[in-house]
Amino acid sequence: MANSKFTGTSTYVATDDLMMAVNAAVTLERPILVKGEPGTGKTQLAIEVANSLGKPLYEWHIKSTTKAQQGLYEYDAVARLRDSQLGDDRVHDISNYIVRGKVWEAFESGEQPVLLIDEVDKADIEFPNDLLRELDRMEFYVYETKRLIKAVHRPVIVITSNNEKELPDAFLRRCFFHYIKFPDKETMQRIVDVHFPKLKKDLLGEALNAFYKVRDVPGLKKKPSTSELLDWIKLLLAEDIPPEALRAKDSRTAIPPLYGALLKNEQDVHLFEQLVFLDRRAGSNP
Amino acid sequence: MLIPFFYLLRDGGMKTSITELLTLLEAMQKGVAGQSVDDFYYLSRSCLVKDESKLDRFDRIFASYFNGVEDSFADLMADIPDEWLRRQAELMLSDEERAQIEALGGFEELMQALQQRLEEQSERHEGGNKWIGTAGTSPFGAYGYNPEGVRIGQQSSRNRSAAKVWDRREYRNLDDSVELGTRNIKIALRRLRKFAREGAADQLDLEDTIDKTARNAGLLDIRMVPERHNAVKVLLCLDIGGSMDDHVRVCEELFSASRSEFKHLEYFYFHNFIYESMWKDNRRRHAERVPTVDITHKYGSDYKLVFVGDATMSPYEIVYAGGSVEHWNEEPGAVWIKRLLNTFPKAIWLNPEPQNRWDYTPSVKLTRELMDDRMYPLTLAGLDDGIKGLH
Repeated sequence: MANSKFTGTSTYVATDDLMMAVNAAVTLERPILVKGEPGTGKTQLAIEVANSLGKPLYEWHIKSTTKAQQGLYEYDAVARLRDSQLGDDRVHDISNYIVRGKVWEAFESGEQPVLLIDEVDKADIEFPNDLLRELDRMEFYVYETKRLIKAVHRPVIVITSNNEKELPDAFLRRCFFHYIKFPDKETMQRIVDVHFPKLKKDLLGEALNAFYKVRDVPGLKKKPSTSELLDWIKLLLAEDIPPEALRAKDSRTAIPPLYGALLKNEQDVHLFEQLVFLDRRAGSNP
Repeated sequence: MLIPFFYLLRDGGMKTSITELLTLLEAMQKGVAGQSVDDFYYLSRSCLVKDESKLDRFDRIFASYFNGVEDSFADLMADIPDEWLRRQAELMLSDEERAQIEALGGFEELMQALQQRLEEQSERHEGGNKWIGTAGTSPFGAYGYNPEGVRIGQQSSRNRSAAKVWDRREYRNLDDSVELGTRNIKIALRRLRKFAREGAADQLDLEDTIDKTARNAGLLDIRMVPERHNAVKVLLCLDIGGSMDDHVRVCEELFSASRSEFKHLEYFYFHNFIYESMWKDNRRRHAERVPTVDITHKYGSDYKLVFVGDATMSPYEIVYAGGSVEHWNEEPGAVWIKRLLNTFPKAIWLNPEPQNRWDYTPSVKLTRELMDDRMYPLTLAGLDDGIKGLH
């Protein structure tokens, strides 16, 4: 089980520190909390870990209305009430109306699974506290059937957060932590290579340059991230844009083509166009 | 060997707990980290740091602690790819620069000087230092070996000198050293919650459904109720500008915490004391003012009134007509606050000044009397007490 180590996959580039954090979490069977800029592959990590270790994946996506209980189980009282009206025999056994949540499913998995708890910060601030025992002891109690559900194999739990809310200390103390920092140029090159192995070298070079230049524009509300870069390159390839068009030396082509894939925000697009316009004016004046 | 490190972290202001240290030791026992100091750095970081704004602090403490211990990782130190570095440098350097290196006493000397300079830089970092931005002119800049972001290493960090992974301090700009206390404030504000059902009926009322179904001779009669919301209404009046500038941060925290915690939150700004008008947008404070009378008419007495201010001013500003520092007020502030308190009987004053200084300022004493002693310090404990006072 612990002999297989996560080293990234053919579609996912993992840095050394990320590998270490994941492997520590897998070995010690403790949750790992992943934070980072949006679009740096936090959610993808769980999928890739499951893929590369050959484990089944259970995904639990958190919304602002999600309660911790929903991940464990829910008691469907309405269905039971309806069945009682119809004289269904199932009604006598309450366990027929216990609907299993993602955590329960993961706990009962035949082999060690990977459980993704996605965007844990979206939920109410008490949410992480309500899951402390479940994450620590990997067990919970079903009051309706008076049954203790214990994990057959302690799952590898990957928790992602976008930092919308602070997480309680007691929760953090039970996790390994990794902050995915924005990849530097070399790592980015590897990431793009993994996704577009046949990409022309010169196009990639120019695209990366243009991309980091856009990221450096001061005051952007949402800086383009890895996933936006990948989308953009996909578009560039589809449109067959020549690398020269990205070089932006000529003022008429200073705005990178198809930049809508990089900037996702009206104000940002506006700001960007304004800056380019100012730049152009400064360039045309002797 | 790790226990002194643990205490060093705690002395350095990291909230590392014993559980986390034990986790680290357990991971080491299971051989997660292997033999290299790089691996150990990554592992300990992942175990002991849970907040990206603390990563830089961790890097600094790690560097200061392990600077002396590095020798014990002898096998690793042997791996330092001097050869490789040299070749890389030669590839990148012009003849002129190579001559400069010779002048500095060769490559080894240069690397040492470089390390020294980096240490110096991290020590002086706080006070805005002259080292940043020297990348272009110093011989080191030519290597791109500069903590500003360019580095000497190759794609694989295994080839990099281990000590430098943390010495690069990549997380520097994440350490804003501003401790956000909003979570604690939110928890305190939660005591104010009073749930009520309002709005569209979209939840099944199980008890009522069972009750009605039983009365209906067993025929299903589904009853719905609206969702429960926090029904507490809050009117927040914030002192802004002047002596309040020292307390901007804590006020912002309080404000952002209460914004997300209450559905009905109205806020107004004032300067020093309450007079005949307040404003909602601080940039347009002179253009768009809301008469205080309108506030007392518009919002019902079920609103809870919270003042936030240091109440530090000249007593004239409270008790005399025309006492305001900004304009001519026809009626003294004391009259206006009495009017507000008559409309909103549930009111408190939160004061960001430390409580032990209150008695030295006459205006604070005066305000406290006007508030019938319902003034609380703007700390978590004070907030707790104040919220009890609002019930």
